[in-house]
Amino acid sequence: MNDMLRIDNLHKRFGDLTVLAGIDMRVAAGETVVLLGSSGCGKSTLLRCINFMETPSAGRIYLHGRLVGEQRNGGMRYRERELCKLRTRIGMVFQHFNLFPHMTVLQNIMEGQVTVLKRGASEAANKAREQLARVGLSDKASEYPARLSGGQKQRVAIARALAMDPDIMLFDEVTSALDPELVGEVLKTMRQLTEEGMTMVVVTHELGFAYHVANRVLFLDQGVILEQGEPQQVLKQPATQRMREFLDGHSLFKLPD
Amino acid sequence: MNHAWDFAAILANWQVLWVGLQGTLTVFAATVTLGLGGGLLVGVCRYAKMPLLRLPSMAFVEVFRNTPVLVQIIWFYYAFPILTGVEVNPFLAATLGISLNTMAFSAEIYRAGIQSIEPGQWEAGKALGMAYQQTLRRIILPVALKRVLPALTNRGIEVFKMSTLASVVAYIETLNQAKLIADLNFNPIESYTTVALIFFVVLYPVVQGTYILERMLRKSE
Repeated sequence: MNDMLRIDNLHKRFGDLTVLAGIDMRVAAGETVVLLGSSGCGKSTLLRCINFMETPSAGRIYLHGRLVGEQRNGGMRYRERELCKLRTRIGMVFQHFNLFPHMTVLQNIMEGQVTVLKRGASEAANKAREQLARVGLSDKASEYPARLSGGQKQRVAIARALAMDPDIMLFDEVTSALDPELVGEVLKTMRQLTEEGMTMVVVTHELGFAYHVANRVLFLDQGVILEQGEPQQVLKQPATQRMREFLDGHSLFKLPD
Repeated sequence: MNHAWDFAAILANWQVLWVGLQGTLTVFAATVTLGLGGGLLVGVCRYAKMPLLRLPSMAFVEVFRNTPVLVQIIWFYYAFPILTGVEVNPFLAATLGISLNTMAFSAEIYRAGIQSIEPGQWEAGKALGMAYQQTLRRIILPVALKRVLPALTNRGIEVFKMSTLASVVAYIETLNQAKLIADLNFNPIESYTTVALIFFVVLYPVVQGTYILERMLRKSE
């Protein structure tokens, strides 16, 4: 089985509200998949189900071909210990960075390695420096997060996730809270990861990123995948009216070529 | 209104007050440690998702926050031994009353501190694979404690002053010793003024110290 990630018939309900209504999805190793859709379509929830920040209401998730959780009475049962272990293999980057304010940049990147993976301090520090270099912030190792710009914070957050040596990286609208002029540096870092062969699932509103970097684009609408395919095809020749409206909404005030 | 102040008897009996101050400091050390330490435990449980932890800690807080410390001390000294057959000396009664009350109040302070942390911090810990307790200990509490330090300092000051309540069960502390001096020398004005002075002289530098500590902590952010 070549799939890094496989999702079968995923459902997520919050009380009476159905957010995901049967998602099937596969992500191959080394692939970058972008999830598009208007707000409330369920794309962030889908992303958060992958590392069980949200517990799916129904459906199955396989990582490396292995089913997460155990089957019980037709449903799934998840043990917190298994989920913790799973999350170490899935990196996540958030819209609001969520860096630890009481730790320096280096300590932020060491924290998961030391506390969860039980790496020694010097090994973790070396790994942290390596990842900082990877996102181009070697000179910020001893700064506190409060002293960084939004773009720098987000790159540190990426380094923090990478330091765990994840199999797959999840990006949840990571440029949405940034000043427009800082978006580029974060997208560049992500593109570099794609080129290095990282497996990535990205929720974003940056259509340019989807077009130029993604191997595949999924368009979610009302909790299901409405369209998917190569970005050049989906973004240029949308098959559904809903997708056309979505794309029009995004390019209303585009600069002329 | 023309009282002639005379501290001669106080000065002559300084050793009596010194013994009292030692008693005050002893009961303070015990109650501030148990109260603020135990309060952290109760506060964390107060925030827990498991009802088995949350509900008892809630009941604890409500019982000890809504009854007077003085009554608790008296109750532990006079009622508790009769009900349980367990002997309770004045020190234990005072320590129990003040500690439990302080635990209840500080638990609410800790809980407020924990609640003030952005949910994103929990999520970041969780996403790294950290268990609930690891996130709590490594990520949430260090920042929460820093935030509630001024409120905790206030509690600490309050606890120090509450130690005088121990005099009600004849525990040997500053107020109790001052009363002894006052009764023997007929000088209640000087005696109790001295008690107030002693408390001020001890507390004032400590409070100034905590201001400096708070400023230092703020700088590191």
